[in-house]
Amino acid sequence: MPGKVKEIERKPLSLAEKTFLPQIVSGLKVTCANMLRKKVTREYPDVLPPIPPGYRGMPTLVKDPDGREKCVSCQLCEFVCPPKAIRITPGAIPEGSPDAHVEKAPQEFEIDMLRCIYCGMCQEVCPEEAIFLQNKFTLNGLSRQELVFNKERLYEAGGTLQDQHFKWKKKKESEEHGNAQH
Amino acid sequence: MSEESKKPQEVTINIDGKDYKVPAGMNLIDAVKKASGKEIPHYCYHPKLSVVGNCRMCMVEMGTPMIDRATGQPILDDKGTPKIGWMPKPAIACASKATDGLHVRTDSPMVQDCRKGTLEFLLINHPLDCPICDQAGECRLQEFATDYGRGYSRFVEQKNVKPKRTQIGPRVMLDDERCILCSRCIRFCREIIKEDVLGFVNRGSYSTLTAYPGRQLDSNYSLNTVDLCPVGALTDTDFRFKMRVWFLKPVSSICTESSVGVNTEVWSREGKIYRITPRENDAVNDSWMADSGRRLYKQVEADNRLLTCKTGGADVNFGEAVTKAASILGSAKLAIVGSAHSSVEEQFALALLAKAKKASVSVPAHVGEGDSILISSDRSPNTRGALVTGLVNTLPNPTLSDLESAITSGKIDALLVVREDITQAGIEAAKLAGVRIVYIGTHANATSQAAQVVIPIPTVFERNGTFINQNFRIQKFNTCVPAPADMRSELKVISEIAQAIGIEGLDGLTVSQVWKQMTTEVQELTGLSFESIPDHGTQLQAGRFASIRFPEGPSLHYTPGATSIAKA
Repeated sequence: MPGKVKEIERKPLSLAEKTFLPQIVSGLKVTCANMLRKKVTREYPDVLPPIPPGYRGMPTLVKDPDGREKCVSCQLCEFVCPPKAIRITPGAIPEGSPDAHVEKAPQEFEIDMLRCIYCGMCQEVCPEEAIFLQNKFTLNGLSRQELVFNKERLYEAGGTLQDQHFKWKKKKESEEHGNAQH
Repeated sequence: MSEESKKPQEVTINIDGKDYKVPAGMNLIDAVKKASGKEIPHYCYHPKLSVVGNCRMCMVEMGTPMIDRATGQPILDDKGTPKIGWMPKPAIACASKATDGLHVRTDSPMVQDCRKGTLEFLLINHPLDCPICDQAGECRLQEFATDYGRGYSRFVEQKNVKPKRTQIGPRVMLDDERCILCSRCIRFCREIIKEDVLGFVNRGSYSTLTAYPGRQLDSNYSLNTVDLCPVGALTDTDFRFKMRVWFLKPVSSICTESSVGVNTEVWSREGKIYRITPRENDAVNDSWMADSGRRLYKQVEADNRLLTCKTGGADVNFGEAVTKAASILGSAKLAIVGSAHSSVEEQFALALLAKAKKASVSVPAHVGEGDSILISSDRSPNTRGALVTGLVNTLPNPTLSDLESAITSGKIDALLVVREDITQAGIEAAKLAGVRIVYIGTHANATSQAAQVVIPIPTVFERNGTFINQNFRIQKFNTCVPAPADMRSELKVISEIAQAIGIEGLDGLTVSQVWKQMTTEVQELTGLSFESIPDHGTQLQAGRFASIRFPEGPSLHYTPGATSIAKA
């Protein structure tokens, strides 16, 4: 059944409307106002956004100021990692190495960045302060395998942490000067 | 003697205000655990070792009802209940026994304070090694420090320094800083293996565990000290830094090293085995295990492991291998070599196959030297199973002379060999050229080299089943890790071959299905089922084998000729 149709008579345009000038002027007003306003967009990726403190980006491994790898492969991060992105092969530090007193270091340390959910639990659980989430948030690769970062790449991305704990250095010093048996 | 008088006398002890019945004279730590389920924390006490009471961790408050000396009557308090005379100071539970009327407080403020104090002293010189310590996750010091400790350290002085990486035996590494001087390892060596090689030197907090000068902890039971160590002072060099324990999943299994049938726990992660530890069974191995048995998991990833079916040296798929095997085993002049490394179920299935084919079966024995503790002279786990299932009727011999003469005389022309290297059993490899061989086994050897058909099967860690040990105790082992891809179980292989030859009634064999048949056909197994066998095993009545002279000498919990054979 056809509905009721109400016919409305079209009003004729006024002279001003016929010239379109008021509309053009008001449109230009908007354009000009925005042209003069401060920019809200950014030329990404040439200009990167400022990263707030506490941001959780890509997890990396860090070295201490002496260049010693801080990770002792306790595997707590591997245990706590919710998406199981971390895979560690523990290993021993050979006798004769300057870090032999630390005894243990990862033979291999892999983080699958495609699995990582950037939750930061690895950083929170680490008893040696060896793993940190950095500011980097864009990771690209041509294959899945390329985004499984190995130990070398993780240290490269992590760099050195300028902390002053020197837990193991102190341990070694006390081994040399501590309360030896008498 | 009647059953009544054999039962230990029971006494009533009161634990934290509740009465419990426990056997008289039971060690108080065990009694409290058994009666109330409460654990009194302890380090030095171990139920299988003597009591020294040097860790002071198990302190509890004890008291007994007061007796009026004049009248001999119990003194009652205001409410009319016997008044308890509490000792003014706490005492160690490990050196106390359950006696009638004993009252124990396991969690009073004084006891809590004692534990806090003891732990603080233990932790004073303990290194903060947990991230690199292999014991982390199963460390009693970690556990008790979290449960009962203070939670922070007040110690500001320098910690003592002790040797950290001492190899005190070929398989044991010692970290003296972690040692809490409980002396369990020392007592184990002195009392269980009777090789008194360990001891403490120096005094006070400088006390250090060492091996006797010129000696090493090199007994084949040395790794039990690693299990006993409540902290990470003693670690296994093989397992050291391999994997954290919280990733590992333990599965109950049985050690295949000898006919003792040591109960084990196999620890694996994602299909890879990392270590084997003993599982307590007071009828078989107590809490101990030989070091050599702990290394048997290496066979799983051994280089000579068979992984694919082969005919004439070339890889084929399972179906082709079975067809080829059936064409060989269809021969009327067939002999079978079974194995005492096969499970009871597999031996029974093989016996059925042999019966249907009217083939003679021989099983080679593996005889070595026993150590009269937990390695017997019969180095196969299931010789008794071969007898019980009727695979063989006489005690297996190390040399297969009957089979050799049958091969030489041409009485047989086809041979099915399961899990055994018959060249090690007195048959020269050159002679094998005269017969066509189907080899079903786990690892490559001279027999598999000579075989026309080779079909791989799982090791003990990759299948489930049962073994019957030297004491005729039937014990279950479980699948710890999955078998390599595309590998069929021994039962499946036997069943497929039987079908291909055209033998009825052996199709689709599984462990539980074989058990249904075994319970009716094997008299020792009547009334049992695979599911009903507990983790600790079931003793079988094996009177019908009483006349057989088994090669084993006496060992822990085993006297030749005694036990079930004499009883039945």
